[in-house]
Amino acid sequence: MRRRLPALVSLLAVCGVLAVLPFLLSDYNVSLAARVGIYFIAVLGLNVLTGYTGQISIGHGAFMAVGGYTTAVMSRDHHTSLILTMLLALAICFVLGLLVGLPALRLSGVYLALATFALAVSVPQLPLKWSKFLGGRDGVQTSRTVSHTWLYGAAWTASAILFVLAWLILRGRVGRAFRAVRDSEIAAVASGIELPVYKTLAFGISAAYAGVAGSLFVLATNGFAAPDEFGVVLSLQLLVGAAVAGLGSLWGVLAGAVFVGLLPTVSSSVPVIGSKHGRDVVFGAAVVLVMLLLPGGFAGLLARLRRFAGA
Amino acid sequence: MTRLLELEDVEARYGPVHALHGISLAVDEGSVVAVLGPNGAGKTTTLRAISGTVRRSGRIQFAGRPLTRIGPDGVARLGIAHVPEGRGTFSELTVWENLRLGAYTRRGSVQPELERVFTYFPWLSERRRQQAGTLSGGEQQMLALARAFVHRPRLLLLDEPSLGLAPVLVAELFRIVRDLNETEGLTVLVVEQNAHLALQAADVGYVLEAGRVALSGTTADLKADDSVRRSYLGY
Amino acid sequence: MGALERLPPLASLLLVAGAAGLLVGSLRSEVFAQLTVQGLALGGVYASLALALVLVYRATRVVNFAQGELAMATTYVAYQLIKWGLSYWEAFFATLAIAFVLGTVLELALVRPVQHRSVIAAVIVTVGLFILIDGVVNWIWGGDFKYMATPFGTKTYNLGGVSIARLYPGMLGVVLVSVVLVWALFRFTKLGLGMRAAALRPAESALVGVRVDRMLAIGWGLAAVLGAVAGLMAEPSQFFLDPTLMQPILVYAFAAAVLGGLESPAGAVVGGLAIGVSLNLVVQYVHSITSELQTPFAFAVLLVVLVLKPSGLFGHREVRRV
Repeated sequence: MRRRLPALVSLLAVCGVLAVLPFLLSDYNVSLAARVGIYFIAVLGLNVLTGYTGQISIGHGAFMAVGGYTTAVMSRDHHTSLILTMLLALAICFVLGLLVGLPALRLSGVYLALATFALAVSVPQLPLKWSKFLGGRDGVQTSRTVSHTWLYGAAWTASAILFVLAWLILRGRVGRAFRAVRDSEIAAVASGIELPVYKTLAFGISAAYAGVAGSLFVLATNGFAAPDEFGVVLSLQLLVGAAVAGLGSLWGVLAGAVFVGLLPTVSSSVPVIGSKHGRDVVFGAAVVLVMLLLPGGFAGLLARLRRFAGA
Repeated sequence: MTRLLELEDVEARYGPVHALHGISLAVDEGSVVAVLGPNGAGKTTTLRAISGTVRRSGRIQFAGRPLTRIGPDGVARLGIAHVPEGRGTFSELTVWENLRLGAYTRRGSVQPELERVFTYFPWLSERRRQQAGTLSGGEQQMLALARAFVHRPRLLLLDEPSLGLAPVLVAELFRIVRDLNETEGLTVLVVEQNAHLALQAADVGYVLEAGRVALSGTTADLKADDSVRRSYLGY
Repeated sequence: MGALERLPPLASLLLVAGAAGLLVGSLRSEVFAQLTVQGLALGGVYASLALALVLVYRATRVVNFAQGELAMATTYVAYQLIKWGLSYWEAFFATLAIAFVLGTVLELALVRPVQHRSVIAAVIVTVGLFILIDGVVNWIWGGDFKYMATPFGTKTYNLGGVSIARLYPGMLGVVLVSVVLVWALFRFTKLGLGMRAAALRPAESALVGVRVDRMLAIGWGLAAVLGAVAGLMAEPSQFFLDPTLMQPILVYAFAAAVLGGLESPAGAVVGGLAIGVSLNLVVQYVHSITSELQTPFAFAVLLVVLVLKPSGLFGHREVRRV
């Protein structure tokens, strides 16, 4: 228990800061903080898949799209409560994740990455085809919009719940199985772990998380779900977030979410290069630099610091 | 006789595991030197230390030049051919391409070198378009040797050439090695588990144990040594 | 790239059947013939980029997400050189040289440091590069459409009653020449042998004196050249130049590379041509697949192939060493 104390203390400190933050920040900054929360959830889920079972996905933007459209459509057509739509998104995406995870079992490493990349490119095109139901290019609008503060609260409450959930899952048998799969599939099978079950489960869980993030994402963009919002770049950003976080650790996820959620917006105010392009140049350069200097992501950095401090 | 290769207090490690704890040995130009010892004694590691494929420290001099900062490709360019354990054959490439790679560091036309090699290994000439991975174990070993010869090295490092080979082939192989040593003055450093063979073919021997040199001397002296006879020669 | 890559029977069967189908169709319908030629030309562009991806993957085990953007950037370089007064072909060859240098510099500066520690980190670096290059190009030249002179003009040929724009055989010709030259380099030169050896077995290659690091850098350089060819040939087919030039093409190139098995250069080329032709024909003749569904369709096929044969149509089953 004593070893866990610093972790617990930092966790409580973070929660404390998060609780107080909305009262201290301007409305615009609250919306930014909410965005970080949304990315936190998505990156958390992706980390479970890629960091813990070693399956690379560049397609989680697709799951976010499904979650987002679920919220938008349910709200538009049935005026469902937004929280309920989020739960629905969680469930639907979990099942979808399992369905994707099954054929994914046959693919490994790079091939899986490319197949999920295919998913990321293709899924956002679907609303264009079924435009009557899914709004086509114009998108789907929820029946009500939310304030930034509501979004902040929802995003971070969901983050907290999902973080604890992830922690519980990864702590137990399931987590050990996941890690065994990542470290050596062959050894895992040899010790009796049923690969297909755990690998598919990981897909389901990560997709469910992405779905919730997608719901919130749509709410963050004024309740508007459109294909352009869920392009390939989103999936790439999630992967970058997970890599910057440091695969295989829950603690780096916050850093990863901040990196991906805040940096692009912050870098639009870079003076010299001009707003849109400045953002891309700075963000791109930042990604390259972080990976060059910290290939293990922030989690790697934390581990090094811990060794340094505790040694 | 000039000293071609000299190792002094060489240490080597694989990550945290130390495999060599201070090896010192010398190879004179034109001689055949054997390195003997049980499994895990560090024989293969010694060759790797010379060719730079393992992390090492200590003094290694080749023809007066220090090798310690040079990587494997640099070592090859200086004229050292290392035939590793497992032969280092490029199974996906043809016999001809394997040989051509042997001559990679040579400038100018390779044809005369290949012709020379074919006189020692005539059967290779017929098989030049065959994929190297489809050769038998013994043939691959011969190919590895041939590849080293195309290099025209000053020093040949042979790691366990007899491993997995039928006795007839092994005898043939060592005959060719001795031949090349006598006719072309090729200096050879050979690591062998088969002590009989090694002591027969070599002039000088080193016996390694647990990463250190336990014994050294001319092969005549070693053959006469009691402990060597008991542990390695079986009588 | 070896003379030793045997075509798996399934793939050869599909190829022969496909080629036969194309031939028959072209003889019977002018539109079909035109679409086939156009499809092959576009396919050539995909093939060139796919080949670049395969080259990089074989050498350094990294999937370079920035390969398309790099190709796009080099096309802009050509555009600028022409604006500064060079003739098209002068700019073409100068751009290839610049692309080569750019490719080697990228490998040295950005990929090599991370590659040894983590392949995922190297891939993320390429993702960052994608975003960075996109931003830089937009910054320097702006996102508006640019007009670039093409070397092929607007002439059309008449082949047995079918009129074919000179553009398409021209594109295909340039791509084929580049691909053949690169193939010849690998197959017949000492450098090419060294590069193949370095990609196959780096440790053994070092022992024979191959400078493995240098080979990898040259590999990236050549890949950049192939990408530049793809970009330069893609531009005339789209009639104008803008920063999104290579984005859909990257997607098709990935499909082609994977279809071929990621390690098979022949597979990438055939895959690219096949995708080019099939997409063109499918969009025309299968009415439920409209042009928006082109990309999802390509990937649906890809996914089906991968599920049935995870190492690609031309790929070999990877034996996992325990």
